[in-house]
Amino acid sequence: MVAVTIGIVRLRNLFAVVMLGGIYSFLMATILYVLDAVDVSMTEAAVGAGISTVLLLATLAVTKVREAAPIHPPALPLAVALVTGAALIYASVDMPPFGDPLGPGHQHVAPEYIARVLPETHIPNAVTSVLASYRGYDTLGETTVIFTAGIGVLALLVGRRRPRRSDGASGGGNA
Amino acid sequence: MLHDSVILRVVVKLLLPPILLYALYVQAHGEYGPGGGFQAGVTVAAAMILYTLIFGVPEAQRVVPFAVVRTMVPLGVLIYGGVGIVGLMLGSHYLDYTVLAASPPDGNHIGVVLVEIGVFVTVSGTMLSIFYSFSSKIEDGEDAD
Repeated sequence: MVAVTIGIVRLRNLFAVVMLGGIYSFLMATILYVLDAVDVSMTEAAVGAGISTVLLLATLAVTKVREAAPIHPPALPLAVALVTGAALIYASVDMPPFGDPLGPGHQHVAPEYIARVLPETHIPNAVTSVLASYRGYDTLGETTVIFTAGIGVLALLVGRRRPRRSDGASGGGNA
Repeated sequence: MLHDSVILRVVVKLLLPPILLYALYVQAHGEYGPGGGFQAGVTVAAAMILYTLIFGVPEAQRVVPFAVVRTMVPLGVLIYGGVGIVGLMLGSHYLDYTVLAASPPDGNHIGVVLVEIGVFVTVSGTMLSIFYSFSSKIEDGEDAD
């Protein structure tokens, strides 16, 4: 993954960058699968590696393939990235050991969900029932976000096609 | 587009039924195994995108017209919100599924299944409509050349 990331940063050919992004998503999905987060892994493989790669390729077909040379020197963004990374690493020192069942994240509401899911919902997969029932508002919000993204893209892309077709004299075979 | 290659056309025709069947499995089995509406919706959209890449946009829009996809985007949110309204009308809180059936656990189960269908409809509709609008943009560009 580190090698893929360095490749993404160094390359100027956006087609190769999109392909490397797809590879990165598949590696990410594999790691999530190894960590037993199968739901997230499936989503990452389908959305990250599949659909977003295709959408980025479609975008490249509409725009240019080569990235423009940066206008600003990279010193300031590099400094920001280094400081943020250092802060994150410093914060991770205080976190409980990885996979610790006594960590605060596993002691707050998780035991209650695990105990209540089966008698209250008859759904064996706790992820699904927490997602759609106990956290129903959150998932409704997520669905609304997707809806908003969809109508946003439709408004931008489909709405602009009409005036373009009327001033182009040869607008023909488009069923 | 890639619709000249015989190998690609045959392979895609062989691949599509298992992908769609797997999406249905992920949708219907989401309460028992990994998956749910989001994953199934994305899988269906990926299958249709694959079909579009090989057979072209007009052929794909003959199977799933743009108007249908566009309607699915708000329809899923309406299904999700409608389940909440039904709970409200049956005398409980918004998005409380326990009143949907005789016993609260069964009501919860039914509510989750309905809500997942709503998520599925919106996710697959949104992904496909974004892809359709991009690809019709590309075809427009090709027309202009």
